[in-house]
Amino acid sequence: MEFIEQVLNGLGQGSIFALVALGYSMVYGIVQLINFAHGDIIMVGGYTAFVTFITFGMPLWLAVIISILVCAAVGLIIERVAYHRLIVHNAARISLLITALGVSIFLQNLFMLIFGAEPKHISTLFPMETIKLGNTELSSNTILNIVVSVIMMIGLQLLVNKTKIGKAMQASSEDAGAAKLMGINTNQVVAFTFMVGSALAAVGAILYCNTYSQIKPTMGNFLGLKAFVAAVLGGIGSIPGAMLGGYIIGIADSLTKAYVSSTLNDAVVFGILILMLSVKPTGIMGGDRREKV
Amino acid sequence: MLDVKDINVYYGAIHALKGLSFYVNEGEIVSLIGANGAGKTTAMHTISGLLRSKTGDILFMGDSIAAAEPHKIVRLGLAQVPEGRRVFSGMTVQENLEMGAFVRNDGRKVEKDLEMVFTRFPRLKERRRQRAGTLSGGEQQMLAIGRALMSRPKMLLLDEPSMGLSPILVNEIFDCIQEVNKSGTTILLVEQNAKMALSISHRAYVLETGKIIIEGKSSELLDNEKVKRAYLGG
Ligand SMILES: Nc1ncnc2c1ncn2[C@@H]1O[C@H](COP(=O)(O)OP(=O)(O)O)[C@@H](O)[C@H]1O
Ligand SMILES: [Mg+2]
Repeated sequence: MEFIEQVLNGLGQGSIFALVALGYSMVYGIVQLINFAHGDIIMVGGYTAFVTFITFGMPLWLAVIISILVCAAVGLIIERVAYHRLIVHNAARISLLITALGVSIFLQNLFMLIFGAEPKHISTLFPMETIKLGNTELSSNTILNIVVSVIMMIGLQLLVNKTKIGKAMQASSEDAGAAKLMGINTNQVVAFTFMVGSALAAVGAILYCNTYSQIKPTMGNFLGLKAFVAAVLGGIGSIPGAMLGGYIIGIADSLTKAYVSSTLNDAVVFGILILMLSVKPTGIMGGDRREKV
Repeated sequence: MLDVKDINVYYGAIHALKGLSFYVNEGEIVSLIGANGAGKTTAMHTISGLLRSKTGDILFMGDSIAAAEPHKIVRLGLAQVPEGRRVFSGMTVQENLEMGAFVRNDGRKVEKDLEMVFTRFPRLKERRRQRAGTLSGGEQQMLAIGRALMSRPKMLLLDEPSMGLSPILVNEIFDCIQEVNKSGTTILLVEQNAKMALSISHRAYVLETGKIIIEGKSSELLDNEKVKRAYLGG
């Protein structure tokens, strides 16, 4: 059953987009910023995994934890250094966007300087096996990606809906001014959101390394773009939407490569986005947001 | 309890508050009345720390809060029911009330206060699992007041609580404001509905283009010719 295999491969790939899309979506929900540097966080995660696991030969679990911590820290530093003052002073969105692009270029060049522009190879992190279900074959990586992304989404939903800081995130994203009047320190909420989004990107980075065995300083461009499309498609600001968007993009990408053309996949992905935006601009799961000061 | 001293607030080039000064004593209901655009909301936002004054000072229970962040001001016991209610429409009624208690760590007492709000506003109790966005205007106003009370404020700022409500609901809301005051909460009430505001407050200030033009006992202002002409419809 080649078709089912392609769909599952797409889901596996889409899981990585989904994890990155969550970060775009969460940050947008809270500060209405499209954080173009978010794709590069996954690159930071990839290199951290490379250095810890390959260069220093640390055990995998430790490499994973360090990657998550490093990405969360980098996300926090970016927010504090690059965006914080702009957000506090209500700067124009275009200033935020240009800053985000600047951060992205900075990170890519910094890593090129340290590690060189050539791709680095990472041997598969998790042992890979081929699993047969009837006459459908799929790799254990695909299952790993799907399972991990689903667990992350459930965890994130619990965080947002059941914890105090999660509720503060919801309140701040709906109406930051009113949230402040409830005694919520919205600056802390923004910082926390960047950290959580970046930590999820680190998980995406680990899955990426495991799936593609190769990283390079500019890898965030393509991943970030696909994930951004996924976030918008699903309805930016919505957690399940970002996941769904990621899966759809992954499957569309995989099916196009398999049945149409191996070079048309990006065109199809953006075609879906344009179609979606013209039918329902708020995305699949996006509600109508009221904007407030 | 609250002492606003000579504040000047700008929106870019717009000079919205021009050397505004007024005070509220502990236990009082003080109303701040004025036409649309007079600067009432700007004053409320500045007291709560959402806007900053270029000059002067704001004292709450003797301490300056002019430079304090909004969330710290709430922790000091100064809560606000903002203009237009601004409930969290995606959250349930109960979640909204819980957000009001965000600054508190005494879970047990929070639950008691939740029941207290529900006793005060039985309609909110019936709708506790409903999303706040689905409530009527009056119910949203009750929720906004209940939410602010959940922080157990020493002083409550109310910005046009009667806006857009039917006369019956306005009465209900104003009764509630008086009850809250009787149970020990100091109140600063901003209103365009001058008649209602003056009828329940002890003292009042009339704000016009960012400046206080008249002040005095509410009962006296009700008889003041100028106030009658400009704000009480004859
Ligand atoms: N965000 C804003 N940007 C620019 N001007 C504003 C803003 N908010 C209020 N103003 C101006 O400040 C003045 C006072 O407004 P406001 O405090 O809302 O008055 P009120 O609450 O008494 O109706 C008005 O002239 C208004 O146009
Ligand atoms: Mg106003």
